[in-house]
Amino acid sequence: MEETTLNNDIHVKLTERFGEKVTAVSEPYGLLTFVTYKDVIINVLSYLKEELKFNFLTDITAVHYPGKDHGIAVVYHLHNMVEKVRIRVKVFISEQNPTIPTATTVWKGANWMERETYDLFGVKFEGHPDLRRILNMDDLGVHPMLKQYPLEDPNRVDKKDEFFGR
Amino acid sequence: MNHNHPVFTDNDPQSELVTLNLGPTHPATHGVFQNVLQLDGERIVSGVSTIGYIHRAFEKIAEHRPFYQITPLTDRLNYCSSPINNMGWHMTVEKLLNIKMPKRVDYLRVIVMELSRIADHIICNTIIGQDTGATTTFLYLFQFREHIYEIFEEVCGARLTTNIGRIGGFERDFNDIAFAKINKFLKEFPAALKEFENLLTRNRIFIDRTAGVAEVTKETALEYSWTGPLLRATGVDYDVRVSDPYSSYQDFDFEVPVGTSGDIYDRYLVRNEEMWQSVRIIEQAMEKLKSEEKGIFHADVPEFYLPPKQEVYNNMEALIYHFKIVMGEIDAPKAEVYHAVEGGNGELGFYLINDGGRTPYRLHFRRPSFINYQMFAPMSEGMLLSDAIINMSSMNIIAGELDA
Repeated sequence: MEETTLNNDIHVKLTERFGEKVTAVSEPYGLLTFVTYKDVIINVLSYLKEELKFNFLTDITAVHYPGKDHGIAVVYHLHNMVEKVRIRVKVFISEQNPTIPTATTVWKGANWMERETYDLFGVKFEGHPDLRRILNMDDLGVHPMLKQYPLEDPNRVDKKDEFFGR
Repeated sequence: MNHNHPVFTDNDPQSELVTLNLGPTHPATHGVFQNVLQLDGERIVSGVSTIGYIHRAFEKIAEHRPFYQITPLTDRLNYCSSPINNMGWHMTVEKLLNIKMPKRVDYLRVIVMELSRIADHIICNTIIGQDTGATTTFLYLFQFREHIYEIFEEVCGARLTTNIGRIGGFERDFNDIAFAKINKFLKEFPAALKEFENLLTRNRIFIDRTAGVAEVTKETALEYSWTGPLLRATGVDYDVRVSDPYSSYQDFDFEVPVGTSGDIYDRYLVRNEEMWQSVRIIEQAMEKLKSEEKGIFHADVPEFYLPPKQEVYNNMEALIYHFKIVMGEIDAPKAEVYHAVEGGNGELGFYLINDGGRTPYRLHFRRPSFINYQMFAPMSEGMLLSDAIINMSSMNIIAGELDA
């Protein structure tokens, strides 16, 4: 897909500033997406906020890709309200040690979004002021959105994908 | 049992602070969420919000349902304006599938969404009136919410959890009664809204209770990721309908009202003005519909649009498409997409990752109430107890959207 000029500018600026730390740049449905690493994530977010005017944190969430080296993707959606452009930042972290620095130092609104992500995926946001479960009960013991926890009885055979040619 | 929620256990007999479970004021404080406040007389010293009591794991359930079965889940997010959630979800999938809607469908959707916005704002604003002691206003305007629900009933058969429309359009065309009811609503509602405003907007008691209470600056609101009427009341003119137009909102002429100080009075005024603007939009949409070809209520995408049952039984193609859609076998691109709509409370976002399976690989809802509400406890500090109660009503917290 062809990058729009605006997204291209952002891409160029990010590469100038962070070099190889900005990888896998793509633009699905016009939304600039890139992958970065957890050691620079706060710098990247601050840079996007202060320099590139992505003043608004739309959302933080995570995605679980089991079986990969870095199986949990923490996904940030940011928004530049003035130029009406959105951006998606991803950081892949390991499942065994799912830690990442907190974004509450950049946006206070990240607080509950990170608590939700911690609750559902077990991502530990280092430096978060109040990292407790938010939706599930305190003694649940697991992080239910991880793919190893099935929704329905795993012994059911009538819903397996192989019966549908997948 | 491991309680790591902070519980105020102040056993100091000398202490003059009182611990209070706030409520029931808001309908959901009967058990769906909880605010524990520490009070010094009537002043709030600190507060802790606990949510999650109606967490239904929609994001997990959505990973096990084909696209069309996710619509009923979205109903139960903000159940005061379910059609906006339904439409938002349909449009997310349509964006993924690159389906373009005929203009008539867009306009019908706009009508339904703006009616829901009015219903949503009616609830919030009348309840601000109710909580400041003006029950009359509540009773006057609330009947129009009923009229809106009657229109929904005519369009889709349901009232609250509407499951309205399909991926690719509507399940059926609006009938004549529906149009008649919309016209009746457009004729009667402005007078009632005017009356409602006459009762509250210049009311000395109401102004004293709301103006200057719970003021929020632009910077704080943006810092806390506020959206919707709450953000606009602080003076930021961010509206998804304008900044990221969907469903042909660019064809309509309307204004985005903004406040100045972000206090409760401004939020009330912003919501009221938005109701006027919604009426304007619906009127324009009704006018535009006249020049559109009648009878078009879905896009011509048989491979994604659920066919009518009659055809499924009599037509082989329809049967095949029906089977594929119901079993989640449609050919959707492997991609990820974020789509946002302006819900009653702000930016309602859908982050969908499709890996080519029968169900979404991941679906995340950006729920405006959830994100707006995190500021309630911090902003209550130093506030009077009675002000905190109207503050909560003016934030229009919908428990379903809080927990998902």
